[in-house]
Amino acid sequence: MNEAITLPGGVTAEPGMRIYNQKLGMWIFLASEVMFFTGLIGAYIILRFGTTAWALPGVPLEEGGTPLAINLTAFNTFMLICSSVTMVKAFAAIEHGDQKGLRRYLVATVLLGAAFVGIQVVEYIALAHEGFLPRCSEELAAVVPNCDLFGSTFYTMTGFHGTHVSIGVLCMIWVTVKAFRGKYTKENHGGVEVIGLYWHFVDLVWIMLFTIVYLI
Amino acid sequence: MATAAAAAAPLADAHHEELSFIRKYIFSTDHKIIGIQFLFASLAFLVLGGVLAILLRWQLGFPGEELPGVGTVAPKFYNSLVTMHGTFMVFFAVMPLLVGVYANYLIPLKIGAPDMAFPRLNMLSFWMFIQSGIVMTASLFVEGGAAGSGWTAYAPLSAVPQYTGASLGQQLWILSIVLFGASSLLGSVNYITTVINMRAPGMTLFRMPLSVWALFITAIIALLAIPIIAAAVIMLFFDLTLGTTFFLPADGGQPLLWQHLFWFFGHPEVYILILPAMGIISDVIANGSRKPVFGYHSMVLAIIAIAFLGWITWGHHMFQSGMNPLLGTSFMISTMAIAVPSAIKVFNWLGTMWRGNIRFHTPMLWAIGFVSLFTVGGLSGIFMASNAVDIFIHDTYFIVAHIHYVLFGGSLMAIFAAVYFWFPKMFGRMMSETWGKIHFVLTFIFYNLTFFPMHILGMAGHMRRIYDPTQYEFLQPYQPMNRFITISAILLFVVQLPFIVNFFWSLFRGKKADINPWQDNGLEWTVPSPPPHGNFAMTPTVYRGPYEFSVPGAEADYMPQSVPPSGSQ
Amino acid sequence: MDWLPGAASSYAADLDRIFYVILAITGLIFVGVQVALVYFIIKYRGRKGRQASYVEGSTKAEVIWTVIPAVIIVGIAVASQTVWSEIKDPNHFPTDALEVNVEARQFAWAFTYPGADGELGTDDDYIRYNQMHVPVNRPVVFNLTSVDVVHSFFVPAFRIKQDAVPGMNLRAWFEATEVGEYELACAELCGVAHGLMKGKIIVLSEDEFQSWAAEQS
Repeated sequence: MNEAITLPGGVTAEPGMRIYNQKLGMWIFLASEVMFFTGLIGAYIILRFGTTAWALPGVPLEEGGTPLAINLTAFNTFMLICSSVTMVKAFAAIEHGDQKGLRRYLVATVLLGAAFVGIQVVEYIALAHEGFLPRCSEELAAVVPNCDLFGSTFYTMTGFHGTHVSIGVLCMIWVTVKAFRGKYTKENHGGVEVIGLYWHFVDLVWIMLFTIVYLI
Repeated sequence: MATAAAAAAPLADAHHEELSFIRKYIFSTDHKIIGIQFLFASLAFLVLGGVLAILLRWQLGFPGEELPGVGTVAPKFYNSLVTMHGTFMVFFAVMPLLVGVYANYLIPLKIGAPDMAFPRLNMLSFWMFIQSGIVMTASLFVEGGAAGSGWTAYAPLSAVPQYTGASLGQQLWILSIVLFGASSLLGSVNYITTVINMRAPGMTLFRMPLSVWALFITAIIALLAIPIIAAAVIMLFFDLTLGTTFFLPADGGQPLLWQHLFWFFGHPEVYILILPAMGIISDVIANGSRKPVFGYHSMVLAIIAIAFLGWITWGHHMFQSGMNPLLGTSFMISTMAIAVPSAIKVFNWLGTMWRGNIRFHTPMLWAIGFVSLFTVGGLSGIFMASNAVDIFIHDTYFIVAHIHYVLFGGSLMAIFAAVYFWFPKMFGRMMSETWGKIHFVLTFIFYNLTFFPMHILGMAGHMRRIYDPTQYEFLQPYQPMNRFITISAILLFVVQLPFIVNFFWSLFRGKKADINPWQDNGLEWTVPSPPPHGNFAMTPTVYRGPYEFSVPGAEADYMPQSVPPSGSQ
Repeated sequence: MDWLPGAASSYAADLDRIFYVILAITGLIFVGVQVALVYFIIKYRGRKGRQASYVEGSTKAEVIWTVIPAVIIVGIAVASQTVWSEIKDPNHFPTDALEVNVEARQFAWAFTYPGADGELGTDDDYIRYNQMHVPVNRPVVFNLTSVDVVHSFFVPAFRIKQDAVPGMNLRAWFEATEVGEYELACAELCGVAHGLMKGKIIVLSEDEFQSWAAEQS
C-alpha cells in the first residue's frame, strides 16, 4: 500500500511521501485539529492562571472543590482507551485478511465509543441538575471559585471533544457497514486505517483533557 | 489499488460519461471549473467590498451629507460598513481570489497532475465558501444591522449585543467565519496533499514554480491558523448566546485573550494574503523579463522564513493593548526580522528585471506595479514594527495606508496580473491588451491618489474607524484631504469598469488564445486552452526548472519544463 | 518638516526623532527601489534582436541585501527600545507625580483626582468628566481602566496612546510641557459613538492648577 502514486498512463509520479493520499490527507487534517484543541486548551490555561482561585480535585465541594464526578469519568476514559485497543485489533485483523475479526472489533469500537458519548451525556445532565453550567446556580457559585469560567471552559472543551467522538462513531458505523459488506480486503483497507488515525487522535486528546480538566 | 483508482477516477469520468451541464459547471469536481467558480464568486464579493468602501469613504469625505440616491450614513451603519468592508475584502475577496482561484486552478496544472488529490472535498470546499458568503451577505440585511465591531471583532465589544446594537448580525458574522474556515481547511488539506503526492515525474520540489511554492506554504499556514480563529469565534459565539464568560471581565473572562487568539491567527492570515501574490508575481516577472528568477532558492527560503516568522509576531498588533511591555520588546524584534526576507524578495525581483529583455504585456505591468507599491507597504511596516513609533501611529490612518498598500497595492495588483496572465488558459480567449493597459494605468494613478495621502493623515494623528473627523479640531485642517481621498476612491472604483467590460467581452468575443500565448515554461502552457478534464493526455515528464528563459545557445528565448533536452532523443 | 502634530510632552521629541530617522531611512530605500525600477524598465525594455542575459542569481548580492537590511533593522530596534521603555515601562515611571484614575466608558472619560490629602481612594476624591486638568511640567501617572469595552486613551500632541481594558488596571504617564488645551480621543473602535468619544486635556501652570484643585474640593 505504501507505494508511490500512479498517474493515469501508468507513469510514476515523484515519490512524494510514499503514503497514499487519504492517509496523508488525514494526517494533515489532524495537524489542524491539533491547532483547534490548542486554541481551546490555550484559552483554558490563560483563563485559569489569570485568576487567583480554581476548583481543585480532592477537596470537598464546600471548600472550593471541583463539582465534577471524577470516578465516573475515569471509567469513561478507560472505556475510550479500550476502544483504541479494539481499533488496533480491527486493523491488525484486516491486515491478516481476517474479515470476522475486523467486523467483531469494529462493532466493539462503535459500542465503546457510543457508550463514552452516552456516559458524557449522563454526566452533563447530572451536572446541570446540580446547577453547574456556564452560568452556575447561586449555591454552586458561592462555593466553587470562578464557577462561571470553570463551567464555560469545561463544557466547551469536553463538548467539542464529545462532538468529535460522536462524528467518529458515525464514521465508524459507516466503516463497519462497509466491513460487513466485505469491502475491505487484506490488500485494500485504507478506510480502516484512516478512521483509525482519527480515532486514536480523539482518544489522545481526551487523555490530555481528562488530565488537565479533571485531575489537576 | 485504491490509490491508483482514486487518482484515475476523474479521467474515467471524462472519458466514459457525458456530464450534464449541472455536473460539469455547477457541481463540478474538476479543479479548473472550481477555480473558475471561485473567480466569479470572489470577484462579485470584491465589487461588494468596494461598494461598502465607497459608502464609508463618502461619510468621511462629506460627513453627514446625503449621498445622491442613497441617503446619509448613520453612525451605527458606518461601523457596520467598516466591519463588513474589512471582512469581505479579507475573507471573501483577496483570500479566495489568491487561494481559492489560483491554488485550485494552478497547482494540478503546474505540477502535472490530472486533478486535486480529493476532487469531491474540493467541490465541497467551494460550496461551503458560497454558503459562508451568503450568510455574511445576509447579515447586512438583518434586524439590528450587520456586525459593528470591526473585522477584528474585539471582545467584549463583540461579545455583548448591547455594546454595538447588532445581535443577529454579529452571530451571523461568526457563523459565516466558521463556514469559511471549514471551506479553507478542506482546501488546504487538498493543496498540501496534492503538492506532496501528485507531482509528475521530474517535478522535484526545487523545480516547482514559485507560485506553487507560495501556494503550498500558504496552505500550510492556513491549515494551522484557521483552527485558531475557529476556536476563538466559537468561544465568542458561546459568550453571545450560551452565557459563557470567556471574554467578559465581570465574570472572570479576559478581553486580551480574544486579542491574543485573534492575532495569533490574524498575523499568519496576513501572510496568507500576500505570499501567493509574491509567488504569482515571481512567475510573471520572470516571464516578462525573459530571464530566470534571480536567486530562486533564496526566494523559496524567503517564503518559508516569512511563513515561520509570521507565527511569532502577532503581538505587534497589541503593543498598546496593555500587554506586558517586555513582550512588546520581543515582538518588535521578531517583527523587524520579517523585513529581511521581504527585502530579499524585492531585491530579487529587481535582480530578475536587471539585464532582462522586458516585454510590457498587461500582466507584467501589474507585476511592476506590485513591486513598486509593495515596497511602500513593506517600508511603512517598519514604522509600526518600532514599538516606540507605534505608540503614536497605532490605530491611525497610517495603519490604514499600510494595510492597503500591502493588500491592494500588493495582493490585488498580483491578482489582476494573474487574471490577465491566466485568462487565456482558463477561457481559451485573450483579454484585450489595450484595455488591460488602460485599466492598469488608471488604477495605478487613482490607487496612489487614494491611499498615499492616508499616510499624511496618519502622521497627523487621524484615528481609524471614526465616524466624523470634523468633530476634532486638530483634524479639521485635514478635511480637504479627506474629501480628496473620497473623490479619488470613487474614481478608483469607476476605473475598474474597463476591467469588467474587458473581462466579459473577452469571455465571449476575445481573440482565440493559442496554447502558449505568453511563451512561458510552465506545464499548464503545454495543454490546450482551456485544458480538458483530466488536464494532460499523457503525464508529462519534467526536465528542468520553470524559469529557463534566454538560455544561451537555445533557439527560442524560453524552454518549457516538459520539452526533453535536445540530443536526448 | 512638520507632519506630526505639535509636540507638547516631555517624551514627544524622543519619539518624533525615531519617527523621522525611520522616515529618512525608508525614504532613501523607497527612492532607491523606485529609481532602480524605472531605470530597469527603460534600460532593459524589450527590443527585437536583443536577448536577456541568462543570470540565475548571485550569492554575493544575496548576502549583501540580507546583511544590510538586517543591520539597519537592528539599529532601529535598539533606538526604539530606549524610547519604548521610557514611555511604557512601569519601572521607569517618574516618581513624585500627580496620580489620577481614568475610567473610560461608552462614550465618556471620567477622571478621579486625589483630594486635598493627595491620595486616591479616600473620601475627598472628586471626579470630573471629559476634561482632565493637569499641571505643566509635572508628570501625571494615570491608572486606566474601562467599565465596558476596550477603549484607547490617545492624546496626539503628547504622543501617548494606551488601551483601556475592562477588568485591567493599566498605568501610563505623560508630562505636559506647554500650557494649553489638547484633544483627547478614543483610538479603539468602541461602539456606535466611538468617533465622538473625545475629551480635553487642559494644561495649567502650577499656580493655576493649585487654585483649580482648591476650587474642586
